[in-house]
Amino acid sequence: MSPRRAASGGLIDRSRTIRFTFDGQEFTGHPGDTVASALLANGVSLFGRSFKYHRPRGILAAGVDEPNALVTVLRGEAREPNIQATMLEIHDGLKVVSQNRFPSLGLDVGALNQLASKLLGAGFYYKTFMGPVIGPLKGTRFWMFCEHLIRRAAGLGKAGLAPDPSRYERMNAFCDVLVVGSGPAGLMAAKAAAENGARVILAEQSARLGGSANWSEDTIDAMPARDWAAGVVADLTTTSNVTMLPRTSVWGYYDGNTIAALERVTDHKTSPRIGEPRQRHWTIRAGKVVLATGAFERPLVFPGNDRPCVMLASAAERFAVEYGILPGEKVAIFTNNDSAYRSAMTMQEAGCRIVAIVDVRTDISPAARAIAVRTGAEILTSRAVTSTEGGKKLHCIKVQDYDIRSGAVSGDARSIDADCLLVSGGWSPVINLASQAGARAEWSERVQAFLPPKDADGWVGAGAFNGTFSLEAALAEGLAAGGASAIDVPAVVDAALDIAPAPVFEIEAKGKAFVDFQHDVTADDVRLAHREGFQSVEHLKRYTTLGMATDQGKTSNVAGLAIMANALGKQIPEVGTTRFRPPFAPVTIGALAAERFGEIRPERLTPMHDWHVAHGATFYSAGLWHRPMIYGLPGETVEQAYVREVKTTREAAGIADVSTLGKIMVQGPDAAYFLDRVYTNTFSTLPVGKARYGLMLREDGLVLDDGTTWRLGRHDFLMTTTTANAGKVMQHLEFLLDVIWPELKVTLTSVTDQWAGASIAGPRSREVLAACVSGTAVDNETLPFMGIVYGEVDGAPVMICRLSFSGELAYEVYSGAGHGTHLWQALIEAGKPFGMVAYGLEALGTMRIEKGHVTGAEIDGRVTARDLHLDWMLSKKKPFVGSMMMDREGLVGPDRLQLVGIMSLDNLPLNGGAHIVEELDRENPHDSIGHMTAACYSPMLGRHIGLALVKAGKSRHGQRVFTSDPLRKRFGPVEIVSHHFYDPEGKRMHG
Amino acid sequence: MIIKCPWCGPRDSSEFVYQGEGGRTRPDQSSTDQSAWNAYVYDRVNTAGDHDEIWQHSGGCRSHLKIIRNTVTHKVLSVVFACDTQDQEKPA
Amino acid sequence: MREYSAYTLLKNALTGNRDWKQAWRKAEPRPHYDVIVIGGGGHGLSTAYYLAKEHGITNVAVLEKGYLGSGNVGRNTTAVRSNYLLPENHRFYEHSMDLWENLSHDLNYNVMFSQRGCLNLAHTPGQLDEYIRRGNALRHSGIDSELMTVKQIKRLVPALDVSGSARFPIIGGVMQWSAGTARHDAVAWGYARGADRRGVDIVENCEVTGFLRDGDRVTGVTTTRGEIRAGKIAVAVAGSTGSVMKLAGIETLPIESQVLQAFVSESLKPILNTVLTFGMGHFYASQSDKGGLVYGGALDGYNSYAQRGSLPLVEEVHSEMLALFPSLASVRMLRSWGGLCDMSMDGSPIITTGPLPGMYLNCGWNYGGFKATPASGWCFAWTIARDEPHALNAPFTLDRFHRGILIDDKGMGATPNLH
Repeated sequence: MSPRRAASGGLIDRSRTIRFTFDGQEFTGHPGDTVASALLANGVSLFGRSFKYHRPRGILAAGVDEPNALVTVLRGEAREPNIQATMLEIHDGLKVVSQNRFPSLGLDVGALNQLASKLLGAGFYYKTFMGPVIGPLKGTRFWMFCEHLIRRAAGLGKAGLAPDPSRYERMNAFCDVLVVGSGPAGLMAAKAAAENGARVILAEQSARLGGSANWSEDTIDAMPARDWAAGVVADLTTTSNVTMLPRTSVWGYYDGNTIAALERVTDHKTSPRIGEPRQRHWTIRAGKVVLATGAFERPLVFPGNDRPCVMLASAAERFAVEYGILPGEKVAIFTNNDSAYRSAMTMQEAGCRIVAIVDVRTDISPAARAIAVRTGAEILTSRAVTSTEGGKKLHCIKVQDYDIRSGAVSGDARSIDADCLLVSGGWSPVINLASQAGARAEWSERVQAFLPPKDADGWVGAGAFNGTFSLEAALAEGLAAGGASAIDVPAVVDAALDIAPAPVFEIEAKGKAFVDFQHDVTADDVRLAHREGFQSVEHLKRYTTLGMATDQGKTSNVAGLAIMANALGKQIPEVGTTRFRPPFAPVTIGALAAERFGEIRPERLTPMHDWHVAHGATFYSAGLWHRPMIYGLPGETVEQAYVREVKTTREAAGIADVSTLGKIMVQGPDAAYFLDRVYTNTFSTLPVGKARYGLMLREDGLVLDDGTTWRLGRHDFLMTTTTANAGKVMQHLEFLLDVIWPELKVTLTSVTDQWAGASIAGPRSREVLAACVSGTAVDNETLPFMGIVYGEVDGAPVMICRLSFSGELAYEVYSGAGHGTHLWQALIEAGKPFGMVAYGLEALGTMRIEKGHVTGAEIDGRVTARDLHLDWMLSKKKPFVGSMMMDREGLVGPDRLQLVGIMSLDNLPLNGGAHIVEELDRENPHDSIGHMTAACYSPMLGRHIGLALVKAGKSRHGQRVFTSDPLRKRFGPVEIVSHHFYDPEGKRMHG
Repeated sequence: MIIKCPWCGPRDSSEFVYQGEGGRTRPDQSSTDQSAWNAYVYDRVNTAGDHDEIWQHSGGCRSHLKIIRNTVTHKVLSVVFACDTQDQEKPA
Repeated sequence: MREYSAYTLLKNALTGNRDWKQAWRKAEPRPHYDVIVIGGGGHGLSTAYYLAKEHGITNVAVLEKGYLGSGNVGRNTTAVRSNYLLPENHRFYEHSMDLWENLSHDLNYNVMFSQRGCLNLAHTPGQLDEYIRRGNALRHSGIDSELMTVKQIKRLVPALDVSGSARFPIIGGVMQWSAGTARHDAVAWGYARGADRRGVDIVENCEVTGFLRDGDRVTGVTTTRGEIRAGKIAVAVAGSTGSVMKLAGIETLPIESQVLQAFVSESLKPILNTVLTFGMGHFYASQSDKGGLVYGGALDGYNSYAQRGSLPLVEEVHSEMLALFPSLASVRMLRSWGGLCDMSMDGSPIITTGPLPGMYLNCGWNYGGFKATPASGWCFAWTIARDEPHALNAPFTLDRFHRGILIDDKGMGATPNLH
């Protein structure tokens, strides 16, 4: 007999039918069904294949603890692998496929692995596949050959290659009380907290709120527990200070009561509403967290315990009551505790025949016995199931005498026909979140499980989480956890069973007994780990992979520990417990990225960006900025474009967007004094209305950044930094002012985004300005080199400083960012009669290389001022940041890498990143003496040139060496020259 | 981790940038004591436990804060303005 | 007859796997050894192994406060590579690579070193030049490195978004084919077994609580399992270096302990067959033989001994991941953990004699500790045995920071969280 749907019962909506497919075959179910319940209803008992042996597997659990039934959801071209069928709600059009099988779930060739299972025990791969020590397969080759095959066989689901079209969302929430779990204890806590006026969030990982109330036969407040729960849920849903989050798995407990949760917003919908994300990543900052996360039932470990139709007793109960499923006709039960008796009663009332209750204990409680009698089941105490029979379905179980004190199995095996075996090995409170929060679990001899500590910081527990399995006590704990309140604990009628189990975890008998179902870790594997010395919890886990599968050992950890403890002759707590880490359940990666999926970083655009786009610019990424690289004409190569831009600029005029330069206002009575401390050179002597080039060192004496700083007033300076270092320099200055010299009266304001800047360079740049600037003259007298004037361009107020990066007569014209495009267009217009071009970073880079100016490529965090020949900027009259550190023995000396110019001697292009060698060896390049930092074709020299940092470079001018670039296969003769290629006296910019 | 900025209030640690140990003393600007400079730049106490440190509220008021934080539990024990270390605030 | 082989595996399979020996003895500490190695992680164990193998010093104890391999050797992302910029670093790591290539044979333990390559993706021309500079530096030291075009990259890793429309388009990459991954735990266990078989005592659950001194000289340790004396005491405790050295009266070091998170996805059929790094962030990833994607990103950025990370960084790492792999949005993250990185002030390690007489120090591994395991132990063993560094670790002194002889691969200066 296969599992089937009962004629009535369950919380599903039988009035509607939903169609979905599993492995291409169409199935039906009802709203409220999961894939697991709907397939069970259709008689499916085979759901998946295990990881290593590819054994046929059915449903073990009913919720997030399910290890076997993993499926892949297909959404268009997107694939979502490894989803538990027990957590996946069905909807019309849902497509799921089974995984880790070939060619089909029913017939899987991977199952052949079982034949070699003795060879494939725990850790076998550490002992073989090493291959020969000599010959062509030595080293790693043989292993990599084997590994190739192993990798293809391993792995569970298959990920897609098509981008996931889903949208994910992030939500921040704040609350006084976060309740995790909506079983009776959680509901009670939420209700109590809500009545106290607290802001409450209640998160439940299942679709249906109510937890165990949905599948128990208990009575609360004189009504069925599920009705009581539904009533509380209805009340809370309409309470304004309560947020209810069904389908929300709380997976992370981070510092400062920061809680991470994943809400499955539309996974259960055929057509989501407009604007609804697929999933939502919640960051909840909670004053207090109530952990009412319940407990997982544990399976027992015995031979054949992994056969399809062997199921946790509580799972069967849940399937029967919540989904109206009968997992079998003839149901046997195997237990070490009383809770399975309640399951027996539930299953019998649902319509199953309970053929036998096999209990390892000698004595059972009168309450349990009374239930057993009512079910009509044969009660087999001091007995154990020692094997199961059937292929991909259960046919019968074998039962033998069992001595609970010695653990010995004896006597003849008796065969009992059963098509479903329900197993209960006791209960483990779900303490994962508490453990994440740092709590150390304590072993309870009574419940045979790890319990959370009583005293906690930030959280409080309630119900089965605390090991409190009586409904009445759980409600009372919930009430207390929610906070003092006027509510009373409601009256309760329950089965009144004490679930404390006998300390039996494994029945040792012949055959494979599984501890970790998904990873196929058997009891023998645990014992092998023990024999080989892998005895601490972590070694056990790592050596056997126990608990490392996608279910993270929710059903296997304690049994594994118990078997190890037994092998060691120790108590379980002496072996220890694993510390749980986030996540409690797997989290969709898209949800973690949320809005940043597809938009990883913001884009920074200058005020003139649209103009650049409209005028044919191609762009570079520079940090977050987009900067024009070239303004190419149709048919031009990059090199042709920048050569044209450089030539025109050097011959007439060019204009570049320099808005990205870092700009910091340094203001206050001590501003000049402050700059003297942070720059290597002096700024206090700078007259108002003038600018100066400055160099900054880090505290360790190496170069941090360079730039010009303009004195706008006695106490007002505008500092410019390189684009890349704007943030770093700001932080450096702020630290010094705020932490080291709080007594200095200086304020710093980042104004990078407030100013738009255009650099106009070239012999005719002055004429361009003269043609468009009003309110000031721009002649050499009024605006000398490094001078500053204020005026207007086409009505926009501007500030102009005459300074040069290109080496030409040049000006930087700044306006408010809002005027940027206006200013730019006016300048372009004014430049037209003079043949002015717009130039991009390539041209800028070329001109600076020709001039030997340094940028980030040279200032790479390892160079000193002397390496860059900037000794002249190091004031000897005053201490400055880095002045005491810059002359340490490792930072001085003739052999350091020093800035030089490089000239190609073979008339071929040079490349940044190429190395410099004295002796050329294309096959075995060796003995690099330095590297190229930048390269270009110099239109002015008609040569390929570049800058380089070369060992003792200063002393090598005139030397003929080689560029050696094996990665790009470019080798050739070059000459080391001074880095000042063009107009070394600076006549042009002073002109 | 939540840091209670004395200016902005409690904020997530992601708004702040760690700026290193707070217990270090930078020599006077004119000091020529090389070993004191070396120690300031390179040497760290690296305490496992209550740790003196500087954070900048870079995603907020940009103040530098002197914080005592336990490096084993991540519990933030006190937060004060770095420029104002005399004025001890109540533990955050 | 080698203890582990296909033959012994088969033989044991036929006898119910009952005859396997303990991988290492559960040794009781003796009162005196020639050398004590504090720290039963990868570096401590490999040090003990090479002391015995290369220098014949077998009267050695490795003291581990918890279980063997409980530190970073068991909580890293398993990448092995030698593609550092500076010669001091890449020569050292290349020596490690040589040892890695024969490690499984040497240890008779399959550490599953798989040379599937390490590819650094570049996203701007400047960055590509920078990577090429590094690749060329390697080639001039005889180490492999090659340039890959976008087309080649796409062929190697079809799941990558190589469209020009990506926020940071991939414009090329630099590949080191000899790099790859290894099974991290196996490295600890393999070295432990190798050392054990050569007579080294591996003492677990033995925490050092203090040092025994004779004047300046360190002569032994007090532990939770009693006093143990030794002629030489080597410290290889990574993230706990500060705490252990304080026991010896060394109050400050050029090190900060910071937390680095790592993640594993659910098991997938093969989709990533190399180690990959993102150039516009700190994301890196590989896929394990079991099928999980193993990946991580930047440090959390503050001092920590908690082995736990923060949520914002979790979000950042996964955002970066999807910038490269938009199809993995529907895949799920399964596990996360935090490791303690002993971040040094120039991003490079310290393997040295001293700082006290009788003491030897190995620390400052930043993110590089796992890949360094063989060479670190090899060099440290040399240093201990001969009381002077090998040429390969001679640059990695403790006093180099004060002297300004820095080995700063990233050029970040004395800000450990930026290396």
